[in-house]
Amino acid sequence: MNSAFKFLDTSIGRKVLMSLTGLFLCTFLIVHVSGNMQLFKNDYGLAFNQYSVFMTTFTPIKVVSYLLYLTIILHAISGFRLTMQNRAARKIGYGAAKDPRSSSWASKNMGILGTIILLFLVTHMANFWFKYKFGDVPYVQYMLDVNSGEVLGAPVGLTDSGHMKPHEIMASDANGQPVKLVIVRDLYNVVKMAFQETWLVVLYLLGMIALAYHLVHGFQSSFQSLGIRHPSYASLIQGIGVWVFGILIPLLFAAMPVYFYFMKS
Amino acid sequence: MSGNMNLTLKVWRQKSQNAQGAFETYEAKNISPDMSFLEMMDVVNEDLIKAGKEPIAFDHDCREGICGMCSMYINGRAHGPLKGVTTCQLHMRSFSSGETITIEPWRATAFPVLRDLVVDRTAFERIQQAGGYVSVNTGSVPDANAIPISKENADEAFLSAACIGCGACVAACKNSSAMLFVSAKVSQYALLPQGNVERKERVLKMVSQMDQEGFGNCSNTEACEAECPKEIKVTNIARMNREFLRAKLFS
Repeated sequence: MNSAFKFLDTSIGRKVLMSLTGLFLCTFLIVHVSGNMQLFKNDYGLAFNQYSVFMTTFTPIKVVSYLLYLTIILHAISGFRLTMQNRAARKIGYGAAKDPRSSSWASKNMGILGTIILLFLVTHMANFWFKYKFGDVPYVQYMLDVNSGEVLGAPVGLTDSGHMKPHEIMASDANGQPVKLVIVRDLYNVVKMAFQETWLVVLYLLGMIALAYHLVHGFQSSFQSLGIRHPSYASLIQGIGVWVFGILIPLLFAAMPVYFYFMKS
Repeated sequence: MSGNMNLTLKVWRQKSQNAQGAFETYEAKNISPDMSFLEMMDVVNEDLIKAGKEPIAFDHDCREGICGMCSMYINGRAHGPLKGVTTCQLHMRSFSSGETITIEPWRATAFPVLRDLVVDRTAFERIQQAGGYVSVNTGSVPDANAIPISKENADEAFLSAACIGCGACVAACKNSSAMLFVSAKVSQYALLPQGNVERKERVLKMVSQMDQEGFGNCSNTEACEAECPKEIKVTNIARMNREFLRAKLFS
């Protein structure tokens, strides 16, 4: 244990910690963006609400989510320490402006970008995670066709006496036809309402721009810190960093607030 | 002479390590474009001496681009505007008449300014002494081809060994990190069989010494590679990281 701490207190050890935590957060982003794609489904939010139940009740996911919170905190604290050490390594700066061609803007501003992302994360968790976990997100009831599983219209709100749990029951509709009723908390509506606010949409877009720049440098940089670099695959890592983590994922995330702001209002 | 240049120099002047420094402005008149940057500094210094003033202190030795003594952060770039060139091999034709040139010392906590443009780079020597060597008992001259080495490794080691230890990587890095220098020194031995005996201790000791000297961490901005006069590659840093992890985790 002692030697592990010693390792993490070397310049290379600190970067290895940043790499491993960063790459773990990258894998989380893939899961998060894929899951949230269900927001785009035209089913009054049923799939998204059921997915929310799964993500908050399935034990392995719960374990991983605590690991995730820990990773975010470790990455942020370690990044803050690195920034402080790096500043101390040059107490007196240069008078002349540095030539901008020698390195990319993102690579020189990872600390600032990381801080913006952290602030975004706090807002983001307060908006949805905290509300779902501790707030009162009301229960709704979806009516589904038994055979096709198709959602039959918008869900209806339910009054919760405080003991309600997400569940499914078989029932019959007004015409006596058998239907399936799905009772879940309506996080979808919380998302939809949140993104009617212009300032929040702007904040989310800024968060995603910061994320894009952070990952364009961060993804490929983490491989370099781990010593994984060879001419035969360096351009592949670079390409994934730019196109998948720098463009595709932030763009898909950004599409969510924009979709609700323009399409559903 | 026609074609000669007149320049304004903004130079960092500092009497001693603990003295307060400041920029001073000097005029460099009638400078030949064929002069090297250091020859231009010599001309300015001769004028200063004639006027009874203190000449500008700067480091230099071979003036052939191989010793690593010259430094100077010129217009926001280590060793000035040219790629793969030390300050001594930079010529005044790279500037235009009437230009203002800002000249500063390397800036790093681990490289304290001793006087004007001269910084103390003995931190590099201490890192080198910590592990940048191979222990061989000298005897009679060994056969030249006794130890076979692949051409690829020999070339790669040679490119790493081209590092002259000038410190431009530290000066150019936003974190004043010495990773490029240390990784070049680690690499040149790690790639050769002669370096294999002390392979693990070398990287551990050199990285440990680097950390003790107060250099910053690596953000992989790659500014060091862009500014290195010997064009040492950042792939050396990846190799050093590998060597370090190998030594820490598998020994």
